[in-house]
Amino acid sequence: MPIITANKLQDSYDVVIVGSGAGGGQTAYTLTMEGLKVLILEAGRSFDVQSEVAMLQLPSQAPLRGEKTPDKQYGFHDCSINSGWDIPGEPYTNASKEPEDQFRWWRQRMMGGRTNHWGRITLRNGPYDFKPRTRFDLGFDWPIGYDDIAPYYDKVEMLIGVFGTNEGLENSPNSSPGVLQPAPKLRVGELYAQKHGKKVGAHVASIHRAVLTKPQDADTLPAKLHPGNAKAQSILADSMRTRSPCFWATDCHRGCAIRANYDSQTVHLRPALATGNLDILPNAMAREVTLDKQGRATGITFINKANGSEGHAKGRAVVLAASSQESVRLLLNSKSNAFPQGLANSSGKVGKYVTDSVSSSLGAHIPAFEGMPIHNEDGAGGPHAYVPWTLHAQNRKGELGFPGGYHLEFGSGRQMPSLTTLNGIESRLGHEGVLFGAKLKEEARRFYGCQIGFGGQGTMLPNDGSFCELDPELKDQWGIPVLRFHWKWTDFELNQVRHQQQRIRELLEAMGGKVAAKADADVSKLIKRGGEVIHEVGGAIMGADRESSVTNQWSQTWDVKNLFMADGAPFASTADKNPTLTIMALAWRMADHLMDEMKKGNI
Amino acid sequence: MSTPDDLPRMDRRKALQWMLTATATMAVRDPSLFAADANAIKAQGYGPDPVMVKIYKPGDVWPLTLAEPQRRTTRALCDVIMPADETSPSASALGVPDFIDEWISSPYPAQAGDRRLVLEGLQWIDQEASTRFGKTFPDLTLEQQTAICSDLASAKPLPEYKKAVTFFKRFRDLTAGGYYTTPEGMKAIGYVGNMPSGTFEGPPLEALKHVGLA
Repeated sequence: MPIITANKLQDSYDVVIVGSGAGGGQTAYTLTMEGLKVLILEAGRSFDVQSEVAMLQLPSQAPLRGEKTPDKQYGFHDCSINSGWDIPGEPYTNASKEPEDQFRWWRQRMMGGRTNHWGRITLRNGPYDFKPRTRFDLGFDWPIGYDDIAPYYDKVEMLIGVFGTNEGLENSPNSSPGVLQPAPKLRVGELYAQKHGKKVGAHVASIHRAVLTKPQDADTLPAKLHPGNAKAQSILADSMRTRSPCFWATDCHRGCAIRANYDSQTVHLRPALATGNLDILPNAMAREVTLDKQGRATGITFINKANGSEGHAKGRAVVLAASSQESVRLLLNSKSNAFPQGLANSSGKVGKYVTDSVSSSLGAHIPAFEGMPIHNEDGAGGPHAYVPWTLHAQNRKGELGFPGGYHLEFGSGRQMPSLTTLNGIESRLGHEGVLFGAKLKEEARRFYGCQIGFGGQGTMLPNDGSFCELDPELKDQWGIPVLRFHWKWTDFELNQVRHQQQRIRELLEAMGGKVAAKADADVSKLIKRGGEVIHEVGGAIMGADRESSVTNQWSQTWDVKNLFMADGAPFASTADKNPTLTIMALAWRMADHLMDEMKKGNI
Repeated sequence: MSTPDDLPRMDRRKALQWMLTATATMAVRDPSLFAADANAIKAQGYGPDPVMVKIYKPGDVWPLTLAEPQRRTTRALCDVIMPADETSPSASALGVPDFIDEWISSPYPAQAGDRRLVLEGLQWIDQEASTRFGKTFPDLTLEQQTAICSDLASAKPLPEYKKAVTFFKRFRDLTAGGYYTTPEGMKAIGYVGNMPSGTFEGPPLEALKHVGLA
């Protein structure tokens, strides 16, 4: 079974999955390795990671030095095609016109979805992150705890390959022994932040990222991941052996032709296809989940983008992994007599409780780095270190004015120059006027490589003002009603950003940096807009009962028992961790449950 | 490195056509006929699914639009901003003027403002050169060119230079950014990465010593 065209669809599949990213990829992998016949519908085109990604091309080899344009909204060499905040023919709306109430929605219309261009940061949620109601009397407790998901974190990390260290930190859990790949050496800027961060209580640790630093152990990992399944072990071993470790160059956002970092195609879809149990239909825009008279999902109606015709794919179970809000949109657009408010929406909670990472950033010039002996600082195409959240004591005392916390990501050193590399050269070096000529060249050498920028990514608990619904009028180019977003930051998020700014300032000053920005800046202008971190989750949250949530702890909708969610939609809150690893762990756990239910004859 | 004459320049060809037509019919000597104007670009962009692995150069996707006199001024100003020295070449030797032409000829909305700013700025700086020294900017001596640029780059520029200062700052950003994104520019600024390697050894001892970490 391969990548197919619509006329090659089988009559029926065991499971139809919408979306080929982290959640859809993981679900397809888990199910096909166990012998289920699976179809993935992908809205974008097929994409060949090995031949299409631009790894070593320079900015001067791209139009406009590779700067972002409406066609390539993260820049020319970023591994995103037909993707963006604004996609022609695929609008969405915002209910409010206020700038701070806007939600921005990134869509990635290509095989593998957003896994093609992410930063590969794979942090585990900790025990606290699942229980905000218990800890802070805010938000909702997830119906699972860390112990329920920990085995799946281990499995996903072994499968995709994650480097990092076990730091034994409160609420930033260790991986099991033997799971992590070796962490790369820290760069000068990272070591310098580690040393001087201590002065202000910032713990700089090795980060976890889905990049191979050595070949995967194809001799032992497959047996750990698929005990008793010789075929799965053999397929996975073959797949692992075709992955090269990192060659220590190029930004991971460009994609990875040598398969050193994780993307869904490289790690999930390739072995899943090798089982012979997976069909993938690209250019298929899902429109509606279909139901039978008993109220069970029967499949997906889709638009074949190649010719505009409508098709239907049948399955015994349906898994939505189209990205959290696209899956929500599918539910809301699947109206029937049984579900006049949209599918699986008897609670009225579909679309509610959308959250994103709370983020702001600040940077400075570090004079100590001037004149640094020149050396190659590329490393593993992204950060090797980060600042995890450690202020749990203040959390417990309620001193902070916000629940949860944030981690800091940062970049430093002589990175590949871009058109904007010298931005801020005058202000940060204390020049008035405009540098040019020999003096500019001299100051450019002094300035370059001495900038450090930190960005916070923190907890957001659900609120009643941040949700989406169907726009009452607007439809996309295929006539499918579009989403209308409502967005409200609460004082918690604004307080957190105030704290982020202060903490980053302290950290920069501890490193000898002079921060140009004013300390009393308006935080509602500094906070990144809703959706801008591209960590939006929720909208079909999991919970303990069918009145207050859309799915149970297995991401199985309460109302339709053969309908599951496998993206960020079931997240009941955003942690101070990036969501992708948790999406994959939950998807694997969901897929195991789905197979159990099928074996028991419940689906 | 391609020479400027290898590059497609739609407006130069247009200008030549216009010139032939004009001389055949009447003696039109309006210099604006021989220069790109600030009207919106009607060319197409590269679309949402371009071939990413291809090596592009300015003019490959949309036509360059500067006429030759504007290109001369652009080259001259680029080289005042990024001159050659004993270790690295000048901006024009690295094709930066072509990049600036590409930038201001871009069909995307973000560059439309720069197009107007740069075209008006180039005209201003030629006029300023003529007023002060009786020649257009590229025909001045380096000292004369530097004198004009220094007035624009000053910490306290004269109020009447306000718009020209905005132009100069933006032109400087494009020139320097265009320069340091080339292989030679990367070498000049001290970037030695983008080299696949079997291992990552971390910072060398002298780098650690430099910041007191060893």
